[in-house]
Order: sequence, then structure tokens, then C-alpha cells
Amino acid sequence: MKIKIMAIAVALGLALGQVAGFKDAVAADVRALRDSPVSAPDKAPDVYKVQDGVKHERAYRQQPPLVPHATEKYEIDLKVNQCLRCHEWPYSDQEKAPKISDLHYIDRNGVRQDTVNGNRYFCTQCHVSQVDAKPLVENKFQPAVTGR
Amino acid sequence: MSNDTDGKQPSLMCQAWELLRKPTGRWSLGAILIVGFATGIIFWGGFNWAMELTNTEAFCLSCHEMEQNVYREYRGTIHDQNRSGVRATCPDCHVPKPWVYKIKRKIQASNEVLHKILGSIDTREKFEAKRLDLAKNVWLAMKETDSRECRNCHTFSAFDLSRQQKRAQIRHDEAVEEGKTCIDCHKGVAHKLPDGAFNAEREMNETWNAVHKKK
Ligand code: HEC
Ligand code: HEC
Ligand code: HEC
Ligand code: HEC
Ligand code: HEC
Repeated sequence: MKIKIMAIAVALGLALGQVAGFKDAVAADVRALRDSPVSAPDKAPDVYKVQDGVKHERAYRQQPPLVPHATEKYEIDLKVNQCLRCHEWPYSDQEKAPKISDLHYIDRNGVRQDTVNGNRYFCTQCHVSQVDAKPLVENKFQPAVTGR
Repeated sequence: MSNDTDGKQPSLMCQAWELLRKPTGRWSLGAILIVGFATGIIFWGGFNWAMELTNTEAFCLSCHEMEQNVYREYRGTIHDQNRSGVRATCPDCHVPKPWVYKIKRKIQASNEVLHKILGSIDTREKFEAKRLDLAKNVWLAMKETDSRECRNCHTFSAFDLSRQQKRAQIRHDEAVEEGKTCIDCHKGVAHKLPDGAFNAEREMNETWNAVHKKK
């Protein structure tokens, strides 16, 4: 009995030691996308500029268009949605902003409503602006082609 | 010291009045002028000094109504922190610089003190309920002054449009031509907007245009 317990304890100890050593080895080996080691805090990110006024081609038919201006300062919450203050009728003409399409007014049952539907209320869920950063990893994405 | 002529003792008020009227034999006119001038400066300086004390961010934030609501939303916005390190604090946008308007605003502020005592907006819910009215007051005031407070720091003539965003270039060009003012387009620069802000804005513009087009 005693011998059995001893054997188990020794085995456990060895295993734990192994794991600890293994962890160090892995930590030294892992390469993250960021430059700093896994255990170190992030270094401050580079400052990138939002590509302002740049028209991005859509890469596939259903794509929500990319935003040609900065978006972070616009309030979108229960009380107001500042995007609509420029992109919804009647503001869109005076602001010279493209009017949101009718698809934004269709609810989940396919019924057209008079106000922007809840499932399209949070604009930045689908529409994002682009910055002048280079891609972190190689990207083999190809725009879709139709009419073949 | 009393100058009663008919033997009757005048009342205290009369005595004081007589004292003020009586030419002094002891002090020269020059000395009186100098002393008066000096005390004038002290009182005037003290008055302005006390007023400027109420013109600081710290003073605004000593009311929790401001600290808990508008200030927390203002934190981190462009006027609180930016690459140039130039800040616009509460009084920069809310208290006029010209003296007459400043005094007028400070007198209006006694109403705010009253509501502070009444506790009109002492919870977040009460604040949000009153907020549309408060915002409308500020918008209207800024429309009336042609956004004077913004223009203490920003002027159309100093804008380098070619270095602005594309949307800003187009709209600022129009703004100069059509005589629009900053607050017409820049609502909610420093705080979150209240519920129903855009409808209220439209109504305000309609009444404004109705009154001001006639002139
Ligand atoms: C001050 C007015 C204004 C506000 C606020 C605003 N936009 Fe825009 N937006 C514009 C204008 C003007 C354009 C057209 C710019 C151009 O053509 O260069 C535009 C373009 C876009 C486009 C491109 C449309 C297309 O067909 O290419 C998208 C998408 C967009 N905005 C989304 C948003 C979102 C999302 C928000 C809120 C986070 C927002 N906008 C807030 C004025 C505004
Ligand atoms: C569920 C994703 C989604 C959300 C959320 C969404 N959109 Fe879109 N949006 C799209 C798609 C997809 C298109 C392109 C197809 C179309 O025109 O409907 C589009 C098109 C647009 C266009 C271009 C219209 C045109 O005719 O050029 C604008 C502007 C726009 N959206 C603004 C907004 C705004 C503002 C909001 C927030 C109120 C918003 N979108 C929310 C998916 C979304
Ligand atoms: C005390 C000076 C001061 C006052 C008063 C002031 N601003 Fe500013 N404003 C600044 C500074 C500084 C910046 C940041 C400039 C930068 O670093 O790009 C700025 C930036 C802005 C921006 C750019 C926002 C962005 O996201 O890029 C807008 C819009 C603006 N101010 C509007 C206003 C309006 C409207 C008012 C009046 C209600 C006002 N400002 C009053 C100093 C001021
Ligand atoms: C006709 C509408 C309109 C008026 C009036 C107007 N602006 Fe703007 N302004 C815009 C738009 C649209 C933008 C770009 C979108 C945004 O910042 O939301 C802008 C952007 C700005 C910016 C940031 C510029 C940049 O390149 O980032 C500043 C600063 C600014 N406005 C200050 C002012 C001041 C100060 C006044 C008053 C003297 C004023 N604006 C009047 C529409 C207007
Ligand atoms: C850049 C200018 C600016 C600065 C700085 C600023 N405000 Fe405002 N404030 C406004 C404008 C403009 C409004 C009108 C409502 C709106 O458009 O958000 C307003 C509205 C308010 C209101 C009415 C309620 C509301 O939210 O509409 C209060 C209260 C207020 N400000 C207090 C403060 C206090 C306290 C500070 C300092 C922490 C401050 N403001 C800093 C421009 C400014």
C-alpha cells in the first residue's frame, strides 16, 4: 500500500516538473503576431490614419460598402444614432451623403418599415473605415468575379 | 461730531447721511481721491477675481450633477485630449469672454444655483429627463451668438481647408457661403446627445428660420 502511494507521488511530481519545463520551452518558442514576447505587455500600437475620402471598390456583390471617413466619434446608442443624422432622408441631401438603401428598413420578416430596422441599427457592425496599415499576415483573398 | 443746529437729536440714519454729505476739513481732496481709487481697484479686482474662480473646470466639477454626467462623457473627447495638448474646458465653451456677456451669464447662473438646491437634476434619471431642454437652451444661445465661444478658438478664416477631411472641406465651404454657424452642424461635440435630439433640432431650426427670414 505504502509503496503504491509513494510510486504515485513520485510519478505526479515528475509529471508536474515535466509540464513546468515544457511550459518554459513553449513560451520561448511561441511567436505571436505582435513583436513583444508573450509574457510582456503590448507595446503601444503604431499610429495609422483613416483613409479619408478614398472610395473602396466592393469585393463582392453583397458587401457592405467600406466607410470613406472616420467613424469612432459618432454616438450610436439607445438615444441617438449620429450616422443617421447624415445618411438618412431628409438629411442625406443637405449633407451630400449617400442615402442608406431600402434594405436597411426591412425587418426580419421581410416587411418594409418606416424607420431603420433594429438589425441594421448598429452601422459599424457592417460598415468599417480603413486605415493605411499594411496587413499583419499575407492575405490571399481575391475579389469575387461574376459573368463568367 | 454731530452738527445738529436746532438742538433736536436726529435719527441714526440722518446722522449717517449728514456724515456722508459733510465736507471733511481734515483730509485733502487728493488724499480722498487716491484712497478711493485704491479701494476701487481692490474691490474691482476682488470681484473679478472671485468671478474668475467660478470660471474654472474645478469649480464646474464641484457640483456632482456636472461631474457625474457631462464631464464623464466629455473625458477623452477631442476637446479633453488631443495631439496638440490644447484643451477646451467647460467655461471655454459655456462662459462668454466679453465682460458684459460674462456678467449676464453669471446672473443667469443664479437660476442654476436654485436648481442645485432644489435637486432638480441630482440623479442620472432626472438629468436625462431634463436633458433635451438643457441642450436646446445651449443650442439656441449658440445660434444667437453665432457660436461666439467656438470662435474664440476656431475661426473660418484660419481654417486650412486643404488639410481638412474631405467632408469638412465641402461643408465648411458651404457654411461660409450660406452664413451657417458651428452649432448648426456640430451638435454633441463634447457630450452625448439627448433622446429626440434630431427632431428637436428640426423644430428649432424651423422656428428660427421663420423668425429670421422675415428680417
Ligand atoms: C457629417 C455627416 C456624416 C456622418 C455623421 C456620417 N457620414 Fe458616412 N458619409 C458622409 C458623406 C458626405 C459620405 C460620402 C463621402 C464621399 O463620397 O467621399 C459618406 C460615406 C459613407 C459610406 C460610403 C457609402 C458608399 O456608397 O460608398 C458609408 C458606408 C458611410 N458613410 C457610413 C457611415 C457610418 C457607419 C456612420 C456612423 C458611424 C457615418 N457614415 C456617419 C457623411 C457622414
Ligand atoms: C447587417 C449589415 C448592415 C448594417 C448593420 C448596416 N448596413 Fe448599410 N449596407 C449594408 C449592405 C450589405 C449594403 C450594400 C447593399 C445595399 O445597398 O443595401 C449597405 C449599403 C449602405 C450604404 C450605401 C447605399 C448606397 O446606395 O450607396 C450606406 C450609406 C449605408 N449602408 C449606411 C449604413 C448606416 C448609416 C447604417 C446604420 C444605421 C448601416 N448602413 C447599417 C449592410 C449593413
Ligand atoms: C479653448 C479652445 C476651443 C474652444 C472654445 C472650442 N474648441 Fe473645438 N477644438 C479645439 C482644439 C484644441 C481641438 C483639437 C485640434 C486638433 O488637435 O486637431 C478642437 C477640435 C474640434 C473639432 C474636431 C473634432 C474631430 O474629431 O476632429 C471640432 C468639430 C470642434 N473642435 C468644434 C468645436 C465647436 C463646435 C466648438 C464650440 C461649441 C468648439 N470646438 C470650441 C479648441 C477649442
Ligand atoms: C454646414 C455644416 C458645418 C458648419 C456650419 C461647420 N462645420 Fe465643421 N465640419 C462639418 C463636417 C460635415 C465636418 C466633417 C465631419 C465631422 O467632423 O463630423 C466638419 C469638421 C470640422 C472639424 C474637423 C476638421 C478635420 O479635418 O478633422 C473642425 C475643427 C470643425 N468642423 C470646426 C467647425 C467650426 C469651428 C465651425 C464654426 C466656425 C464649423 N466647423 C462649422 C460641417 C460643418
Ligand atoms: C467644445 C465645447 C464644449 C465643452 C468643452 C463643454 N461643453 Fe457643455 N455643451 C456644449 C454644447 C455644444 C452643448 C449643447 C448640447 C450638445 O450639442 O451636446 C452643451 C451642453 C451642456 C449641458 C446641457 C446638457 C446636455 O448634455 O446637453 C451641460 C449641463 C453642459 N454642457 C455642461 C458642461 C460641463 C460641466 C463641461 C465641462 C466638463 C462642458 N459642458 C464642456 C459644448 C461644450
